[in-house]
Amino acid sequence: MAWFNFRNNSFKHGIHPPERKRSTNGLAIRQFPFSPVIILPMVQHIGAPSEIMVREGQEVMRGQLLAKAGGYVSVPLHAPVSGTVRKIASVPSISGKMVPGIYLEAFPSASQEVLDGTPIDLTSASSDEILQGIQDAGIVGLGGAAFPTHVKLKVPEGKHCDVLMINGIECEPYLTTDHRVMLEQGEDILMGIKYLLKSTGAAEAIIGIEANKQDAADHLEQLIPEGSNVRVQVVPVKYPQGSEKMLITAILGREVPSGGLPIDVNVVAVNVATTAEIGRLLPHGRGIQERVVTITGPGIEKKGNYRIPIGTPLRFVLEQVGADERISEVYMGGPMMGVAVSNLDISIVKGTSGILVFTKDEVSRPEKVYPCIKCGACVDACPLSLNPSKLGILAKFKAYDLMADEYNLMDCFECGSCSYVCPSHIPLVQQFRSSKAIVRKRIAGKQTMEHAD
Amino acid sequence: MLTKTLDISTSPHIRQGTSTDSIMQNVVWALLPVALFAIFSFGLSAFFVIATATIACVATEHVLCRMANKESTISDWSAVITGLLLGLTLPPSFPLWMTFCGGIIAIGLGKYTFGGLGYNVFNPALVGRAVLQAAFPVAITTWHPAFLADRFTSVAASIFTFPFMEPPAVDALTGATPLAAFKFDQITTSTSDLAFGVISGSTGETCAVLIILGGIYLVARKMMNWRIPVSILATVFLISGVLYLIDNQIYPSPVFMLFSGGLMLGAVFMATDMVASPITPVGVFVYGAIIGLLVVVIRIWGGLPEGVMYAILLANAISPHIDNMIRPRVYGTANTNDVS
Repeated sequence: MAWFNFRNNSFKHGIHPPERKRSTNGLAIRQFPFSPVIILPMVQHIGAPSEIMVREGQEVMRGQLLAKAGGYVSVPLHAPVSGTVRKIASVPSISGKMVPGIYLEAFPSASQEVLDGTPIDLTSASSDEILQGIQDAGIVGLGGAAFPTHVKLKVPEGKHCDVLMINGIECEPYLTTDHRVMLEQGEDILMGIKYLLKSTGAAEAIIGIEANKQDAADHLEQLIPEGSNVRVQVVPVKYPQGSEKMLITAILGREVPSGGLPIDVNVVAVNVATTAEIGRLLPHGRGIQERVVTITGPGIEKKGNYRIPIGTPLRFVLEQVGADERISEVYMGGPMMGVAVSNLDISIVKGTSGILVFTKDEVSRPEKVYPCIKCGACVDACPLSLNPSKLGILAKFKAYDLMADEYNLMDCFECGSCSYVCPSHIPLVQQFRSSKAIVRKRIAGKQTMEHAD
Repeated sequence: MLTKTLDISTSPHIRQGTSTDSIMQNVVWALLPVALFAIFSFGLSAFFVIATATIACVATEHVLCRMANKESTISDWSAVITGLLLGLTLPPSFPLWMTFCGGIIAIGLGKYTFGGLGYNVFNPALVGRAVLQAAFPVAITTWHPAFLADRFTSVAASIFTFPFMEPPAVDALTGATPLAAFKFDQITTSTSDLAFGVISGSTGETCAVLIILGGIYLVARKMMNWRIPVSILATVFLISGVLYLIDNQIYPSPVFMLFSGGLMLGAVFMATDMVASPITPVGVFVYGAIIGLLVVVIRIWGGLPEGVMYAILLANAISPHIDNMIRPRVYGTANTNDVS
């Protein structure tokens, strides 16, 4: 372990894209208006879809349960607005697929008070009760992955957690939601940490923050009482530090094993906005109804951070903030890992951390893809020390199994650093994404074959 | 209502902005001072050799692409680099028709046979030169002295030799290279003469200072792997230094080794051919050390006064194997994390 220490709170490789956070990081979070129609997909998280519990025509209160969890790896969904269930039908999702969902029509002049549930009392609740409370609140990773948080927090038999890592890195350019949440919801975050410490049994909590958010770090440090087992750790700016593996390496010098989880090195990592929601909702037993989203990019008039009700259609959002007609591409998430939107009728979901709007001028569509010249820029960028050059060549020859077996393809988490630096403009990440999907299918196919035998 | 049709693309949606053709262009800019100095010291003859090699390479690339019904790839500037490098490795009095053949071979055999840019196993310019050396051993070792008074008004007689004709009888105006002088006559040349290129040799292998400056420019722009020249030069310095300490009568000084012959040009501009060198950081050091070792072995114990070309070509050949054998440790593998 000792040899990690001289690396001075960092991880190997990585890149330094322009940060572009200035236009929104000074703007306080504002409440977004209610859209006349809210569109709620039942697939807003990784895992089984939520199961609808209301019927068409039914009137619901803000905060009321609309759908229950469809299994252990699933979460319920609450009404983000008081109104009438207009229709239960397929709704568009960002993947392009239609998924089951609810169309909710808001009451035009309702007070929009929130329905409270059963509060989770911090002092008396057991670890499992807290986890249940987190699931009941419908909480998923708000950093973008949208993995159900209670599953992530569950420490498996035989393992133990010694450090709770609160991820306030926000390394994606443009995005400033976590930054604003840390500045404005410090108390919620500390409350959330208390719940998380209790449920994981961790001895200490570390809030990891990149040096470009020193004000947030100072603010949180001020709020932490003397002698607390919570501390703030500021680390140098580098992409993709917000990946939990990179963060754990940067701060603790531990490497999450290939194919493993943070708990394999006795860490549980939770996004800072997720922590704030836990601290905000659990004391009231409420469910998640809205989230903070950075809306930014050239082509947006009123850039800023907004607390937007889940299910607000993207078209309504863009009209409210004034998107001009020159817009060319819209991304959900940041510019490095965000997904390009093809349809403005999709809605804000729990995992939407940002909406980035580019006009033709910013969209970089390389006019020419050159052959790989083996310059090694990708090798020097990959935070996992993979060889993207070699993987790219193997993908061209469809040698998917070789990529997975010999070159650790499945470890790639698609951070985009290799594509970002590639002078030949080879779409490396896209090749790896499709290669991974093919390998996963092959593995699944093999398993069904074995079952058949 | 917002009624805009959106474009879509895959992540990442931003890019650093360097491109392959800009890297190649910058290598050309870094090579130009070396070429200009060659013309300054050897005059019109050097200009004709360098220009012919470059034209031959670019023309060959263009014609081969067209013959294969593909879009011409000359706009990526890589053929220009090959041409310049080939021209810079030839003697200034080298017959132009041979130079032209060298250019065709460099691109045709050294690059296009393997599939063009990105697929060549060897440095194409060195493939061209190796064939020329085998085919025309006399012409390629006929050295022309630098700084002749009439170098800008007349050219070496051998330059315009007709193809397959005997070149005119070798006149008095030849000069031995410092390496040959040392190898065959035990004459050493002063270091400052070597560094500033006041010596005879191939057109471009004379002024070490300009070559190093070009290399520093490319390294600063992150368009060259500094590990390659550093490991080559360090290896040559170390091995020849040890030999020099053992017996300074037989073996040349390490400084002489560094600054003589094609070592600087080879280490900075040829061995660093991205396509033909390994990609992993450790592999690159191994590659450089192998080149350095081979250079010393060929120069001191081989039959030739100079060995940089063969050293690089041999190392090119094994560089894919270096990449296969020396792989960086992937995050989260092997080294177990014993924290519990």
